[in-house]
Amino acid sequence: MSTLMTEPAAGRFGDFGGRFVPESLVPACDALAAAFREAWADPAFRAELDELLVVYAGRPTPLTPARNLSADLGIELLLKREDLAHTGSHKINNVLGQALLARRMGKGRLIAETGAGQHGVATATAAALLGLEATVYMGERDIERQQLNVLRMTTLGAEVVPVGSGSRTLKDATNEAMRAWVSDVDRAHFLLGSVGGPHPYPWMVRELQRVIGVEARRQSRTVPDVVVACVGGGSNSAGTFAGFADTSARLVGVEAAGGAAMTNGSPGVVHGARSMVLQDADGQVAEAESVAAGLDYPGIGPEHAHLGAIGRAEYHTVKDDEVVEAVRRLARSEGIICALESAHAVAWVLRAAGTPELPTGSRVVLTLSGRGDKDMATLLGGAS
Amino acid sequence: MTALVPYVTGGISADWTDYLLAYQEAGATAIEIGLPFSDPMLDGVTIQQASDRALSRGATVVSILQDLDRVRGRLRVPLIVMTYANLVFHRTPEGFCRELADAGISGLIVPDLPVDEAKPVARAAAEAGIDLIPLVAPVTPDDRLEQIAALGSGYIYAVSVMGTTGERATLGSSAAGLAARVKAVTDRPVLIGFGVSSPEQAAEAGRAGDGVVVASALMRRVLDGATPAEIRETVAGFAAALEVSADYAYAEVSGDRR
Repeated sequence: MSTLMTEPAAGRFGDFGGRFVPESLVPACDALAAAFREAWADPAFRAELDELLVVYAGRPTPLTPARNLSADLGIELLLKREDLAHTGSHKINNVLGQALLARRMGKGRLIAETGAGQHGVATATAAALLGLEATVYMGERDIERQQLNVLRMTTLGAEVVPVGSGSRTLKDATNEAMRAWVSDVDRAHFLLGSVGGPHPYPWMVRELQRVIGVEARRQSRTVPDVVVACVGGGSNSAGTFAGFADTSARLVGVEAAGGAAMTNGSPGVVHGARSMVLQDADGQVAEAESVAAGLDYPGIGPEHAHLGAIGRAEYHTVKDDEVVEAVRRLARSEGIICALESAHAVAWVLRAAGTPELPTGSRVVLTLSGRGDKDMATLLGGAS
Repeated sequence: MTALVPYVTGGISADWTDYLLAYQEAGATAIEIGLPFSDPMLDGVTIQQASDRALSRGATVVSILQDLDRVRGRLRVPLIVMTYANLVFHRTPEGFCRELADAGISGLIVPDLPVDEAKPVARAAAEAGIDLIPLVAPVTPDDRLEQIAALGSGYIYAVSVMGTTGERATLGSSAAGLAARVKAVTDRPVLIGFGVSSPEQAAEAGRAGDGVVVASALMRRVLDGATPAEIRETVAGFAAALEVSADYAYAEVSGDRR
């Protein structure tokens, strides 16, 4: 059964999810789950968040018909424009909700992990707005390839802590953020950016991102044939899918070929949840490899693992060169420069349109999760 | 009389099993062997580096357990494995616990396996005749301590500080309070770990609980190139501070199956 409409009992999505954290973090996770449950049912909290989403984040974001690409591909392609949200991606939806919750819980500090830097920028933004401290953990490799976002975070007053362990990317930044949380659990809120991690994060982040799908469904008027979004940890796709869970629309998640936990992984426990994980024969977590720092992650949110297992959602992969080409094609045909992450969804549509995977005449809602300014240096250097 | 449980990362060097013999000679009551994991969420920089070194040498669960054949017959102290949940579930709890038992391991500690998720592992460990040793933290509420004390067997591992593993200048003030709270709900022995960095701190922790685990303070020296003979002196210093005697019966801490 699709779990997208409910709070998961004990944080379980079928065989996936749960809470595999050190005992030191269990009371904090319990307190967070209780606080979110209460806040989410509190009209005053919802009203405050909704107002911020409108007057600060710029919601609702438009659903833009991609007229030129639609004509070229023989489909009707509608773009959910999260790239137009404040800070340039869907990450702000989750961050504003969690930052308000942190303040409500009396926490003075936000700890976050970031890959491409979009979640780190959103966290730094919310911290500035609400008068909280922010510490963002970021892999050294990502710091090198996402310099613009590092500058944005420090300009906003956040501390960016480079992580030099392991693959020096999002996986290791997440480890380090969790370690930092254990050491300051009374004062700090761990503002996880995706639908991974221990309960309540996969549920809470999906609920905070649900606004994407709810708006898109309203804006698309009729139910589309296909709803598609990129998947790293899977927050923009989870939020998008949630708006269409009870419709007949096909739900399609697109993974980076080098970080395809759904396609190439196996069940495992990493970062606090049981999900699909890229790992070796011994159970050591593998290093992902993607041109898109935000998808350079060997795991995926546990609800995606469940939706895939029960066949409610399907997951495909695209390669780095297809992704780079998709950024260029969308830019030239629609005048929209999207993030490398978001371009994964575009690349799948470009490849599948007109084939049995995505027949001519299909109506497609595609979530464009973020804008591509941050990726210009990567694109100039060619697909690395 | 208190127990001393020193730690070594399995596979950290070609001759890593010599550290087991050195620990035993120095008066270890039992020895913890870390099975290295790529993403050690609860470990500070020292154990992270030790894990990375072992993994880059190609150490695996199988190779580390096989290495133990080299010291079989010479080791009298019980061996306890510490590793993360993914390595347990990847081989299935039943398969993993059986492999441990076959290799002569007596106990298992999994730091990212809270009581709420531990049932399948506890069952598999009991069937294999291994102690699943639960962890408690300073923030664990009393009602939850009772629940945890009912899980697994052998001793209870009290995490002395809110933080990761690693050396600290002072022992967390929460250690004594936590040990007392655990003792109020169970007769199981309580060992104190995380941040026990010097013989003085070990003595302090030993007064609060039934013994101490020393890990990062030893692994820092191993990473810096200390030989088994040199480490033996370090461990002997901890043993002296704890007044551990060589004939200390592990049965007082946990069921000795040798």
